Amino acid sequence: MSDDALFEFLCRMGDNTLVLGHRVSEWCGHAPVLEEDIALANTALDLIGQTQMWLGLAGEIEGKGRSADDLAMRRDVWDFRNILLVEQPNGDFGQTMMRQFLFDLWHLEMLKALSGSSHDRVAAIAAKSVKEVQYHVERSGDTVIGLGDGTSESHRRMQAALDLLWPYVGEMFVPDHIDAQMSEAGIAPDPGELRATYDARLAEVMTEATLTIPDSGFAHKGGKSGMRHSEHLGHMLTQMQWLQRAYPDATW
Amino acid sequence: MYAQMVKSEATQEDPEKLATFQARIDAGEKIEPKDWMPAGYRKTLIRQIGQHAHSEIVGQLPEGNWITRAPTLERKAILLAKVQDEAGHGLYLYCAAETLGVSRDELTEMLLDGRMKYSSIFNYPTLTWADMGAVGWLVDGAAIMNQVPLQRTSFGPYSRAMIRICKEESFHQRQGYDIMMKMARGTPEQKRMAQDALNRFWYPSLMMFGPSDKDSVHSAQSMAWKIKMNTNDELRQKFVDQTVPQAEYLGLTVPDETLTWNEEKGGYDFAEPDWKEFFEVIQGNGPCNTERLAARNKAWDDGKWVRDGLLAHAEKRSMRKIAAE
Ligand SMILES: [Fe+2]
Ligand SMILES: [Fe+2]
Repeated sequence: MSDDALFEFLCRMGDNTLVLGHRVSEWCGHAPVLEEDIALANTALDLIGQTQMWLGLAGEIEGKGRSADDLAMRRDVWDFRNILLVEQPNGDFGQTMMRQFLFDLWHLEMLKALSGSSHDRVAAIAAKSVKEVQYHVERSGDTVIGLGDGTSESHRRMQAALDLLWPYVGEMFVPDHIDAQMSEAGIAPDPGELRATYDARLAEVMTEATLTIPDSGFAHKGGKSGMRHSEHLGHMLTQMQWLQRAYPDATW
Repeated sequence: MYAQMVKSEATQEDPEKLATFQARIDAGEKIEPKDWMPAGYRKTLIRQIGQHAHSEIVGQLPEGNWITRAPTLERKAILLAKVQDEAGHGLYLYCAAETLGVSRDELTEMLLDGRMKYSSIFNYPTLTWADMGAVGWLVDGAAIMNQVPLQRTSFGPYSRAMIRICKEESFHQRQGYDIMMKMARGTPEQKRMAQDALNRFWYPSLMMFGPSDKDSVHSAQSMAWKIKMNTNDELRQKFVDQTVPQAEYLGLTVPDETLTWNEEKGGYDFAEPDWKEFFEVIQGNGPCNTERLAARNKAWDDGKWVRDGLLAHAEKRSMRKIAAE
């Protein structure tokens, strides 16, 4: 296993939390009820904290003196390694919570596996994050159930959200050469192995939510490899990175 | 302040009951929701606590404006946590108001259709990152001036909410000042941003305390009831005296050429803000009134299907539970 591959893997973990944390933070002050404003901020805060740990370690492994902030604020779209799902726009509250649940469910399984990583630092970050994400998935799952099995309008919106986001689920489970190196070294699981647990839990929640999982195995790809992100990521970076780019000599 | 120009209600009630009530307040006792209280006391408090709560909620917007542009991960987390605290303050205060017999939804509707106000300060725009410093330093700073004494207010739930809130507000102020420090000691552009933020937020911060005492007709009753603890001018003076040395330490210039130390009174003489501008802002003509209310209305309207959906689900669940028993 090369340090390059580990760096790549850590960027994937950190960019997922960075990009999703940013998306969730866009809700601040605009949520449907005060309790949701507070809860969304909590989720965003957890994800930003996890980003600091993953990208911080990535910078150390890379060994070129780049900090977590450098990685977050000074890379362009093609260097981002997050999956396409998390860069999708918020849409309505239902779409945001559906995206959250589809990610959280994968995230939890991934972190559980990473807690037993052969790499101590990776295991430590995962162990710390897993408690937070356990809570995220409970919350997003409850919300998906509540809105899916709510009024006819909320049901319709949640089904539309699931249909829209479903093609972005597959990317989380498709292994590539980086994953192969990671699993060979015992650092991370083969993502394909997470799918069965994911599907089982997903089916339970969607049944309770009275929602229908689309009958399609199609998956968009290109986020985690960095090959082809969606157009949305670039716009996000124009905001997120603006100050650092406009005033490169400043410290904040 | 977060509650400005709260009209206090005259009260016509049994003089004996009123006297006993006033005696309890004078003795420093707390009035609790189940206790007898004059109708005017209740109405004034609902107005004041409601306005304070609305200010916390609308106050999320000017700072929320910079969360997605925060320059580092740490700054982003700190700002997000701060705005989250403000939402929490709104929640405590709505709960305190609810003990007086008005629901959160009723209060929200009154904010959204303009029957109730929020602090004038949140109708000013946040234009650079230094504004995140200025808001914490000056706006939270001014809020603390008012809220620290309100910890001793006569109404129990309000007093307890203030005690919780004050702890967090002083943290906010320190963080704001920390941003200002970084900016004021930073590159020439950062210094310029810091000075510009102070220029724009100085007078609006002074307005937070409300009009001068000589023009403030509602103070006396509220002060007797210990709903208002200090006069507007007292608090404004205290704020200026505290803030000027902090500005000097930052190497920034307070935008007031008349500012001078007055040895005799042991405080600064300073220029009054433009009260015409203040009344315009209160009337809805501040730079951001339209956007702030539109944003809150949009959040509420767009969120209706969510609130309805979750409620419908909760009802279905309890029905199913009853059916199963
Ligand atoms: Fe507050
Ligand atoms: Fe605050």
